[in-house]
Formats: sequence, structure tokens, C-alpha cells
Amino acid sequence: MSFFKKLKEKITKSTDNVTEKFKDGLAKTRDSFSGKVNDLIARYRKVDEEFFEELEEILIQADVGFDTVMKLIDELKFEVKRRNIQDPADVQSVISEKLVDIYNAGEEQSSDLNIQQGSLTVILFVGVNGVGKTTTIGKLAYKFKSEGKKVLLAAGDTFRAGAIDQLEVWGNRVGVETIKQAEGSDPAAVMFDAIQAAKSRNADILLCDTAGRLQNKVNLMKELEKVKRVIEREIPGAPHEVLLVLDATTGQNALVQAKTFKEATNVTGIVLSKLDGTAKGGIVLAIRNELKIPVKFVGLGEKMDDLQKFDPEKYVYGLFAEQIEQTDE
Amino acid sequence: MAFEGLADRLQNTIQKIRGKGKVSEADVKEMMREVRLALLEADVNFKVVKDFVRKVSERAVGQEVLKSLTPGQQIIKIVNEELTALMGGEQSKIAVSNRPPTVIMMVGLQGAGKTTTTGKLSLLLRKKYNRKPLLVAADIYRPAAIKQLETLGKQLDMPVFSLGDQVSPVEIARQAIEKAKEEHHDYVLIDTAGRLHVDEALMGELKDIKELAKPDEIFLVVDAMTGQDAVNVAQSFNEQLGLTGVVLTKLDGDTRGGAALSIRAVTQTPIKFIGLGEKMDALEPFHPERMASRILGMGDVLTLIEKAQASVDEQKAKELEQKMRTATFTLDDFLDQLGQVRKLGPLDELLKMMPGANKIKGLNNLQIDEKQIAHVEAIIKSMTKAEKTHPEILNSNRKRRIAKGSGRPVAEVNRLLKQFEDMKKMMKQMSGMQMKAKKKGGFKFPFKPF
Repeated sequence: MSFFKKLKEKITKSTDNVTEKFKDGLAKTRDSFSGKVNDLIARYRKVDEEFFEELEEILIQADVGFDTVMKLIDELKFEVKRRNIQDPADVQSVISEKLVDIYNAGEEQSSDLNIQQGSLTVILFVGVNGVGKTTTIGKLAYKFKSEGKKVLLAAGDTFRAGAIDQLEVWGNRVGVETIKQAEGSDPAAVMFDAIQAAKSRNADILLCDTAGRLQNKVNLMKELEKVKRVIEREIPGAPHEVLLVLDATTGQNALVQAKTFKEATNVTGIVLSKLDGTAKGGIVLAIRNELKIPVKFVGLGEKMDDLQKFDPEKYVYGLFAEQIEQTDE
Repeated sequence: MAFEGLADRLQNTIQKIRGKGKVSEADVKEMMREVRLALLEADVNFKVVKDFVRKVSERAVGQEVLKSLTPGQQIIKIVNEELTALMGGEQSKIAVSNRPPTVIMMVGLQGAGKTTTTGKLSLLLRKKYNRKPLLVAADIYRPAAIKQLETLGKQLDMPVFSLGDQVSPVEIARQAIEKAKEEHHDYVLIDTAGRLHVDEALMGELKDIKELAKPDEIFLVVDAMTGQDAVNVAQSFNEQLGLTGVVLTKLDGDTRGGAALSIRAVTQTPIKFIGLGEKMDALEPFHPERMASRILGMGDVLTLIEKAQASVDEQKAKELEQKMRTATFTLDDFLDQLGQVRKLGPLDELLKMMPGANKIKGLNNLQIDEKQIAHVEAIIKSMTKAEKTHPEILNSNRKRRIAKGSGRPVAEVNRLLKQFEDMKKMMKQMSGMQMKAKKKGGFKFPFKPF
């Protein structure tokens, strides 16, 4: 449990409101998750098959990826046997340990963005329909702008009705320029224009919106590859980040999304949106564990400043706060 | 398509039992675990899964299966029946108020697809029921949401009522209904802003709209990819507003869509429609029994037949059959056939409906590019009448001309001709013998225009 102790020390030192935001945003997750684990442990007198089945359900209910759950349960069963644990109360520490293990299996990955100093940084946003790509871009533009950077937006969603206007409204709100073409035009052409504009205006950051697409639509995925190719061709080394926006309410399909978009566009990071609304955030564990893509930001609300840098430690703290507090005793 | 993974899994499980003459209780238990895992993997809510498995195993362990001569079949039957029951008995319709306009409220989380669904629903009302809907833009929060509905309205030539984003949604609804009465619109579709089910202020706003508009239908729009939380969302919206129906969107993705099962089971609210794409006509009624047989990998034959009946010219079909039998099938007929098939809808969707299609190797992930079919059409259309009837006269000069005319490479022209020849050969074989049920692994797809 020393991991939790270290974590706690670290967190208590940085008692800024970001931690509070994480705690607030994850309050529901925590209640439903660790509350249930505690309840489960209180109810069972013996560690048996039924106990594991119920634990399995709790994890699944948190939308932790299915395979991850299976793996975790198998490992738990093994540990319980090895240490000859009979009392459910003793399992709790093993559960926490294993969850942290799974989480750490993703290696140390920074959630920092790959920002070019002194030259243009291009960030491409991809994802399925309705996950919050445009909103995330708006929030991120605000963040960069307040850091004193010159930001440009590229309206690459030329397909959905009103998408260009939506981005433009965000642009006006934040006070940055939006490069656009007419609805229905080639998104790759919009990117080309936007890059030229970014170069001539000496912009620091170019945020590229794309239309939402379901990952099983091969032709649309090819279109996305083309968009990326155009960016690559115009600026060597770009896009410097490809961020996949995932809706936190999504179930197992989020893994498929991450996998397919990674294949098509070499996703470098994930933005987990709408984490304030859902009671679950478990899919993050699965994604880290199975795909090794780091989560870079989480969306915790609808306001401009509701996009927070993903801090794994704070996230784990929010998720397992009760367990962490217990290590104190 | 939606439940493919589930179908595969259940089929594997059942395969294990199929060979056996008799099933023991242990067998049933083993299989129920597989069923349970498959459902959980498909995002079905765990409580629903529990109930389901309990019901199925009770029936299975009971006399029904153990005494049966075909236990595998029996279990499929039970699972199928229970699945159908779980998703609700019958197909649902849209309410009609006896004092028009009929008011429909669209609600849901952010990004579920409310605005798109509102557009689709209005088109369905006009096309299928000959109604005159008025769309109401009541999402004053999300940037350009009103513009989105207005754009859809323009595309569909459907009137959209909006008062900008400075007027309260309640007031917008009030004025919209008034206007609908004046202008004799018989349906009013209110597109509300996406909101969290736990956001008390915004949920209160929906209650206010409901109070005023007295909607005949309140549809919850849910993303089919939603995980375990779908149940909480649906339950919360239902408790606060009293839903009359659910629209499940983005089912054209590869999600297993377990949310469909859980929402219905937990809220008792029927799923009325499913969204199957971004085109405005990609909204279909939800058929629980069809979905159940699709889950079991039995194919959605009913939908296929219904579609075919709606769009295939029977006279032409008869002629075609005659031609196939006598092997006088020409490229012209081929073109015709392509056109008819295309009328049925996107080809990959059609394939997914075919029984056993998910068992054919390679077909699972097969993507059919509609553009490539357009290319085939272009090539055939670039031929002269003589060439179409007697493709054997095509020499390299003619082929080059056709390639030029269709804007496709000569190699593609050659490939098409080769495929057409193969197809003709197959037809000869087929007319020679009754096409028996496919042998294991011996089934080849007749032609691939791509």
C-alpha cells in the first residue's frame, strides 16, 4: 500500500482546486465504485466463486474493459489462493494493489503535449460522432490563448450541418480566428488552407477539427488518413499530436475506437470527455492497459476552463479516494 | 453490425453442445456462463444479464431441454424467446393526438444525436405518414445548435421554428405550438439541448417544457455505444419526465449495442426507432424479434425480405430468373440487377442481414465501397449495345475506348469482364442443380465487383 501513501503525500502537497475538480467530477465514480467494493466485502464471509462473480460485476459496471476485468479477476484468484486468504476484508488490499498494477502497466507516459517551441504546432482531433471534439477544441484554444499563444482553428468538419458555425462561435468566444471553407468541401483542402494561413500569420498552435466518424466506416477512415497526409506533407513532423476524443459514457466500444483510430491516424493521446456526467471512468484503465495510449486531458464540465490536464495520480486518487484515506489509519 | 460479436459468441457456445445427444445440468451451467459473459461484453447492464441468465437456466434445467431430443435447438429457442421478451414484445408506433398538433419532445445527453434524429423523424413523418411537421430549435446552449437544425430543415425542405438563443426554451416551445396551430402543422418536434441526467437545473427546464407543451411523446435519444451507464441515464430521464419511447442512435457502428437490451428491461420504455447512419432517411423502426434473431446469428431475413419487396420490381425479377436459367444473362441485365440491389440500401448493411453471413470468412469485415459500384456502372454504360449483349467481341481497341469513356483503367474493364464470365458460369451451375445448403467452407460469394 506504499503506493497509496506516496500518492497521498503528493496530493496533499498540491491542494489546488484542480484536485478538488477531479474529486468533484469523480465523486459519483468513487461513490459507486469503492462504495460497492466495501459493501461487497462487508456482505461476504468467505472468499468464494460468488464473491468473485460479484466483484467482476462491480468492475464491469464501472466500464473497466471486459478483458481487463477478466485478467484482473484471474490474477486476484491466483493471489487469494497463493496467500491463502479466507476473509474478504483481506482481499481489499489485494484489489487495490492489482488495480494500481494494471494502471501502471501502461508505463510512465507523460500527459504533456508535444509543443514545438518557436514554430507551429499542429494538433489534429479525431473521434466518433458526438463525443465533443469541437467543444474540446474550444476549451483547448482558450487554454493556449490564456498562455499567450497565437492560436488558429481549422474547421475540418465540413460534413455535419452547423459544425463550422459551432467551431466559429467557439473561436469568437475565445478570440481566435477560424479558417474555413463552405460546407461539403474537402476537409483535406481546408487543412491545407489552414496550414498556409497559420504559417503566414506566424501562429503558434493550429487546432484541426474533423467530422465525427464511426470507426467501422472504412471510407471515412481513409478520408481521415488523407487529411493527416496533407498535414504531414505541408509541415514535416506534423501533426505533432493526434488526439482521440472519447466519450466517458461509452462502453466496451471505446476500446475498438481507440484501436481503429490509432491504426488510421497514429493517435498520440486521448481526451476523455463528459467525465462529469458519467458514474464511470473505468475505460481509462482498459485503454492504458490494452493500448498504451496515454490520456492527456479530461473534460469535466461545459465551461471554457473545464478541460483539465490528465493527472494519473489525481485520477487514481479520485477513483480510489476511500481506499487511500484508509491507509492512513 | 450491432450484435455480431454476441452472435458469434453464442454460436460458439451452442456449437459445443450441439454435438451432444443429451445435455447435463453441468453443460447448461457452463453454457450459461458463456451467455452471461457474452452479454456483459456487449455492454448489457449486469443486472439485466443476471435476470436473463436466471430465467434461461431455469427453463433450460427444467424439463424443456434435458428431456429434449435436440437440446441445442431447444436452448437457442429459449435464449431467442427470452431475448425477444426482454427487448419488448412488439413494434411501436408514433402517437397521434386527437387535438393536433401532436407534440414530440426529444431529450438526451450531449452528443447522442438528438438534432440529427429530429431531422430524420420529421422526414419519416412526412414520407410515411404524410404529415406536416414543424421543427422547433430549443437548444439555446450549444453553439450553432440552432443553425444545425436550420440547415437540416433546409436540406429536407422542412419548416424550422426558432427565436435565437436569447429566449428561454419554454417560451420557444409555447410560441412554436401556437404557430403550428395557426399554420396547421399536425406535428411539432421539439429539439432540446443535451444535458446530464444529474443536472437538476437543466432537468427542471425540461419539466417546465413538458408542463407547458403537454407532449404526446417524449423520446429519449441514446447513443448505442453507451456502456453500463445507459441504464442510469434512461432511468433518471424516465423518472423525471416519463418517457414514452427511446431512439437508439449510431447502430451502424460496430458496437454490440447491449444498451438496447438493458434500457428496455430496466425502464420498460419501448425502443421505437434506431438510427443507422448520417443520411436523413437512415431511421428505422425497432423490431425486437428481428434484433433477437440477429443477436443469435440467425440473420435478419425479415427486414431483407421487406426491403426487397419494397424496392424490387417483381416483373423484372421474373425476367431475370428466366435469363439466369437460360444463361442469356447480359451485361445490361447485370447493370439492371445492380441498380435493383442498390435500391435496397447500402450493400454492407444488406450482407449483414443475411443468415450465416457473419460465418463466412472475410465477409465479416468486408466493406463495400459504393463508389466502386458506381465505377462498374460507368464501365458498362460506356459500352455499345452490341458489346453489352456480346461481350466476347470486346478487343483491346474497344476496351481502351470503354476505359476512356468511363474514366477507369483498362485493367478494371478486364476485371469486370472476367467477373461477369465467372458469374455466368456460376449461374449455369446453379440452374443445373438446386443450390444446396452451403457446405462447410465451400461457399463462395458469386461475384465481387471490387
